[in-house]
Amino acid sequence: MNMDSHDPTDDTPRAPDGHAETNGDTGFSVHHDPASGALRLSGPFTISAVTRAKAAFDDVTAEALENVDLSKLTHLDTAGAWALVTLRTRIGQAGRDLKITGASDKMASLLESVTRAMPEPTSPKDQRFSLSVWLDGFGRKVFAGVLFLRALTAYLGMFLHRLFRALRHPSEFRFTAFVHHCEEVGLRAVPIVALMAFLIGVVLAFQGSTQLRQFGAEVFVVDLIAISILRELGILLTSIIVAGRTASAFTAAIGSMKMREEIDAMRTLGLDPAMTLFVPRILALLVMLPILGLIANLAGLFGGGLMAWIDLGISPAMFQTRLVEGTSVEHVFVGLIKAPVFALIIGVVGCHAGMQVQSNAESLGRMTSNAVVTAIFAVIVADAVFSIFFARIGI
Amino acid sequence: MTEREIVIRLRGIRNQFGTQVVHEDLDLDVHRGEILGVVGGSGTGKSVLLRTITGLQRPTAGSVEVLGTDVLNADDDTRQALETRWGVMFQDGALFSSLTVRENVETPMRAIDGLDPAIRNALADLKISMVGLPYIAGDKYPSELSGGMRKRAGLARALALDPDIVFLDEPTAGLDPIGASAFDQLIRGLSHSLGLTVFLVTHDLDTLHATCDRIAVLAERKVLVTGTMTDMLDVDHPWVHEYFHGPRARAAASEGPARSGQKGD
Repeated sequence: MNMDSHDPTDDTPRAPDGHAETNGDTGFSVHHDPASGALRLSGPFTISAVTRAKAAFDDVTAEALENVDLSKLTHLDTAGAWALVTLRTRIGQAGRDLKITGASDKMASLLESVTRAMPEPTSPKDQRFSLSVWLDGFGRKVFAGVLFLRALTAYLGMFLHRLFRALRHPSEFRFTAFVHHCEEVGLRAVPIVALMAFLIGVVLAFQGSTQLRQFGAEVFVVDLIAISILRELGILLTSIIVAGRTASAFTAAIGSMKMREEIDAMRTLGLDPAMTLFVPRILALLVMLPILGLIANLAGLFGGGLMAWIDLGISPAMFQTRLVEGTSVEHVFVGLIKAPVFALIIGVVGCHAGMQVQSNAESLGRMTSNAVVTAIFAVIVADAVFSIFFARIGI
Repeated sequence: MTEREIVIRLRGIRNQFGTQVVHEDLDLDVHRGEILGVVGGSGTGKSVLLRTITGLQRPTAGSVEVLGTDVLNADDDTRQALETRWGVMFQDGALFSSLTVRENVETPMRAIDGLDPAIRNALADLKISMVGLPYIAGDKYPSELSGGMRKRAGLARALALDPDIVFLDEPTAGLDPIGASAFDQLIRGLSHSLGLTVFLVTHDLDTLHATCDRIAVLAERKVLVTGTMTDMLDVDHPWVHEYFHGPRARAAASEGPARSGQKGD
């Protein structure tokens, strides 16, 4: 019993009768006396000291431990109490009983509440990798993808149904909302769409002229600009911009209404969310996207013409003649016929994503970015399908 | 509660938003180890007071002293050291939505140098269990929990570093009576076993009866009166009288003694 020989303020490890772990930062120290089987703790035993203390506790074998003496502890917090209770549990598992002595009333009460609250871990999930787990996950994802497509189709059907219903009962149609969305979706998108198409025209003319000049075929730059913008780029890039602008706006607007239970409130009041929210939005997009596409075509041709004039010296009059003679008008229709399809895709994806928002803000953000990605991806896939289709029927 | 050490000392607090004065010349003392309930009508600035003490809202005038530190004029290091000694539970828990409950509780512990991650994990599990949540709740995200469980998880995070003081903003708002009563007992039990000082903003008369040692009434831009529940019944101020003598107060009072007798363990 060499209790008196240990000075708690002494930071140096003790040898040879025992070993001590000290922590200079906190003044906490552990001293184990193998002869008596006593573990003496002193100083403040808090969360800062618990890592050292746990390591020191683990060094002591269950056989070499009889009691823990807390009489020199100045402070004990739940972390310290946790370490003591864990130690007692370990000794208990070895079939021995660990006595904790010298605890003040406060410490004893803390130890008791920690003992009572010690969590009992339920067995962790089996997370081993195996082919069947991977296949299972893959199958679920494919199935979820199919369900998603089905849900989108259902939304498209719902929109068409409500649209025909609105034709039969015009009083149910929200005309004011429709006009408002036309302004939001169409008019306000004109500057960005026109600027984008103008720059694309400039880039095409510039790139085309450098390549075609090598063959002395500069004048064909007009055909290059006209066909690529009218057939593909004008409407595709417009749709991509609108997908980014409008699909996200639809999701955010409908999603925040869903989040605040406004949609549920509408249902209880006998208002149909599809009629009041989806029809004006998707219809506005359906009407405005071809117009935006047309504006993009004009702006693109203007940009291309301007660049051709500056860079290649093709005068506006010559550009016009070449454009009218060399480019069949069917290119314009091939381009614009895609617009309503893209509009439906963007609108349906946006509205569907909005309705998937749950009651937390996080899902609103996630669904909004999902809507944009899905809409852009779907528009590009649809454009590819159109290209193959037109090539097959020879337009 | 033998010594009456003052852990929060507010003097001459003035809070003003535009032309609207919320607090004027407000004084308040909170003693170590007590559960202080702050009540007041809507718009009397109960939450503003809580935000003032925790430094989230700077008062236009006055001094705030917490655990002997002048909160308003402390440098960053002192403030940081102070912040580990208090915990705040916001109304809906204010859990970080991208982290699981366990990670939420671990967040304040990450500031401790050299704390072994495995121990941090185990300590978080212990706190989760101490606030009465099941072990599996630790793996869940806040959005997967009910309102009452989120409040408990918020309390677990507030208690992560064994603070001296916890601030609770409307801990029982939005809970059903059974859940609210269980939460009252939880606060009472934890404050006893951990020696916590609790600053509790509430509307709930049952909570006042069941948990609070002392009540502070906010009215007329200041702390109108402080005292025990019985003291409140004798206060001769129209709002205080209405509050503590209204039909709901009588109902809470009649079942209050029975309940507090029940948990006198």
